[in-house]
Amino acid sequence: MKAGVIVFPGSNCDRDAAVAIERVCGTKPVMVWHGDSDLPQLDLIVIPGGFSYGDYLRAGAMAGKSPVMREVIERAKQGTRVLGICNGFQVLTETGILPGALMRNASLKFVCRDVRMRAEQTDSPFTNKFGQNEEISIPVAHHDGNYFADEDTLDALEDNGQVAFRYHNDNPNGSQRDIAGIFNRRKTVLGMMPHPERVIGDELGGTDGVKIFESLVAAL
Amino acid sequence: MNAITPDIVAEHGLSAEEYERVKTAMGREPNITELGIFSVMWSEHCSYKSSRRHLAKLPTEAPWVICGPGENAGVIDIGDGQAAIFKMESHNHPSYIEPYQGAATGVGGILRDVFTMGARPVANMNALRFGSPDHPKTKHLVSGVVAGIGGYGNCVGVPTIGGECDFHPAYNGNILVNAMTVGVAEQDKIFYSAAAGIGNPVVYVGSKTGRDGIHGATMASAEFAEDSEEKRPTVQVGDPFTEKLLIEACLELMASDAIVAIQDMGAAGLTSSSVEMASKGEVGLELDLDQVPQRETGMTAYEMMLSESQERMLMVLRPGAEEEAHAVFRKWDLDFAVIGKVTDTKHLTLRHHGNVVADIPVPPLVEDAPNYDRPHVPTPANPDIASVPDPDNVEDALLTLLACPDLASKRWIWEQYDHMVMGDTVGRPGGDAGMVRVHGTDKGLAVTTDVNPRYCKADPVEGGKQAVAETYRNISATGATPLAITNCLNFGNPEKPEIMGQFVGCIEGMAEACAALDYPVISGNVSLYNETNGQAILPTPAIGGVGLIGDIDQRVGVAYGDGETLIMVGESAGHLGQSLYLREILDSEDGPSPRVDLQAERRHGEFVRDLITQSLLTASHDVSGGGLLVAVAEMAMAAVIGASLDIDTTAGSLFGEDQARYVVATTNADAVLAKAEAAGVTASILGTTGGDTLKISGSDAISVATLSETNEHWLPDYMATP
Repeated sequence: MKAGVIVFPGSNCDRDAAVAIERVCGTKPVMVWHGDSDLPQLDLIVIPGGFSYGDYLRAGAMAGKSPVMREVIERAKQGTRVLGICNGFQVLTETGILPGALMRNASLKFVCRDVRMRAEQTDSPFTNKFGQNEEISIPVAHHDGNYFADEDTLDALEDNGQVAFRYHNDNPNGSQRDIAGIFNRRKTVLGMMPHPERVIGDELGGTDGVKIFESLVAAL
Repeated sequence: MNAITPDIVAEHGLSAEEYERVKTAMGREPNITELGIFSVMWSEHCSYKSSRRHLAKLPTEAPWVICGPGENAGVIDIGDGQAAIFKMESHNHPSYIEPYQGAATGVGGILRDVFTMGARPVANMNALRFGSPDHPKTKHLVSGVVAGIGGYGNCVGVPTIGGECDFHPAYNGNILVNAMTVGVAEQDKIFYSAAAGIGNPVVYVGSKTGRDGIHGATMASAEFAEDSEEKRPTVQVGDPFTEKLLIEACLELMASDAIVAIQDMGAAGLTSSSVEMASKGEVGLELDLDQVPQRETGMTAYEMMLSESQERMLMVLRPGAEEEAHAVFRKWDLDFAVIGKVTDTKHLTLRHHGNVVADIPVPPLVEDAPNYDRPHVPTPANPDIASVPDPDNVEDALLTLLACPDLASKRWIWEQYDHMVMGDTVGRPGGDAGMVRVHGTDKGLAVTTDVNPRYCKADPVEGGKQAVAETYRNISATGATPLAITNCLNFGNPEKPEIMGQFVGCIEGMAEACAALDYPVISGNVSLYNETNGQAILPTPAIGGVGLIGDIDQRVGVAYGDGETLIMVGESAGHLGQSLYLREILDSEDGPSPRVDLQAERRHGEFVRDLITQSLLTASHDVSGGGLLVAVAEMAMAAVIGASLDIDTTAGSLFGEDQARYVVATTNADAVLAKAEAAGVTASILGTTGGDTLKISGSDAISVATLSETNEHWLPDYMATP
């Protein structure tokens, strides 16, 4: 699998994502600097966690307008798989590739801990290795992970099977309908607040993140 | 130019005698800019004028020490050509005045100390001390400090893997915020601060200079009074995003050979960095202040030299490397300016608007700084306590202790810190020591911070020893070998002989412990004048320890398994003086501190590490505040498994705070006991693990769920009440 990880100034989970991809998939991803507007041909684009451009205007807002994202949006339209993790999810909602917005956590505090959730869809390139409603635990680390969309959008997400992961009796941020991660309509783009790249080995406290990367390889 | 009046001298925190020294050093009257530079360089914070002669007593050498105190941070060898670089630093005064920014910039400053030397920061820790929970300010301070530490560390993307947080009324007017950073570098890529190469360019990188933080170092060198909040403008404002860019840009440039010397601008900003670089290199620097990137217009030379704007560095480059370096900083959108050159004059010469505005000989500025032998009196020994009644009800006593502010779970704090970013956290907060894997290897670095200020108050020498010994135990309990420490020495006003006596006593105890444990001090920081209206804090020499484990798969945590045997390593004499049991149950802070047998600490630490290396242990935990029963309860809560103990139920046995003890869990008790006997170490079986309750001989069982609920409740409940 040929993967690329986008690096913005302020990204800080770019290396973690690259390590996870290499460990699970066996090949090193290319690191793509935010100022580059030509992307190589890729099977997977990862928008990593962190604080792109300091998240100063609004989490993900400036990254959403960066040169490299114009190209990412094009690729996403063409069906290239795009995985946005944490700040990456925020960037994807800012660009409109994914609906809704990520607001400040209901607690108003940053939260970093393991969270129980369910994988709700098994028919996507990101989740085909999970069982239906499989319970997993993946850590979150964010200040703005409180997913919000209007009722019609939420209903549409549910009807189309676009809710990828849902917190299971353990909502850390107040997100609507316990949403932890969503797909685009075609399920070629996944945005999620939890960090699967942080649970790829028992020494790190879990392996539930591995299946996402294995699913991507299997879907090729 | 205004004449320097005695009032101006006093406003700069210099005594009349010190001002005479300034004139001698200069050979003339200084101008206001020069006076400003002397005042910060000779402040307690920068000159260590009250502490220098005593710090010299600390052991600083070992075969694995690459660089001891004196540089931005200390450096130790961790094998394979790699080095760990670390330091702890205080940001007490600013954090009390403006908790969010004070704490945030404390983290930023200590990170810079570490990456300045070529290390990528891999772990942060912090040691926090607040006033009484009942004090009207405490909640606001806890909330602001924790948010500030998280806000900075989370954005920079360095995991905060642990720390400590205690409460005591002695900190009502002066909280302590001590931040520690550990970084990893290649041994052949370590950078130092000595300027070299006459004519080499001096380069300023990072954020622009503004008027923030002027006189921060001077503020940190004085007591507080009622007006302390008026000092708010002296607190700097942090920008962790810029710091993240600065880390990446510096490390990128450090991969080349462009940098000759580098120094971060911390306390006293451009002044201390330029003086430090010139002094270490035995050269002069000539700076053109018009070239300094400025955030505000009309800044004077005085303001620029004393500004403590954050996220700035000063470098000396190899001649001709300017363009290469500039390209790296341009890529990261950071300011880059050649502001001067290295000279052979040994003078710091500053130009502004074409005029020389300061011309100071560097050697006397540094070497003639005051170095006081302040009068000190030893702390009188505390009388022994009368016999302590045994608990009426062991379960109630245990629950009271688990819910007390010092022992209550600090989850509410560490869940606000990203403790997993960088993907190498293999020991999360909440255990004895945090642990990060050295990226790309199987090695792990164990990190802990400890001190018991009540012990230090009652007996500075034993308290100083105990602080070092407790970090040694916390690291040993994970299986890692303790290698070196950093320290952050927080005390009251050194001009008072009894406070100075506490300082001298703690240093003596620390020195003894470091020597006995082969555990040198490689960096540190002193924070004095932690007093408000004449009320001093408890003597608080916070110790940050670092250890190394060769294979992280060998490490153990505090959570034991089911059906195992619990064994105590070490001996209980039932020492209750200064214990939490005494304070929480009997409302007394009396008695002597526990005595620390350093040979036993060493023997027991080595013994536990050997057991871990031989895979004989499934869990291990140091016994400290709260004593044996609290240690077992903490293991039970981590495991979510109960235990049945057959132990003596006297107060001393259950809750005494004798030192050099561990509780270990094993599936092979016979082997552990045999090895203990062979090693001459006392080891005794406490009981077995299993079920979902903690049963203590003859008492009612308490469910582990109740223990956890009690332990987890206090801090979130406290923070939630308005």
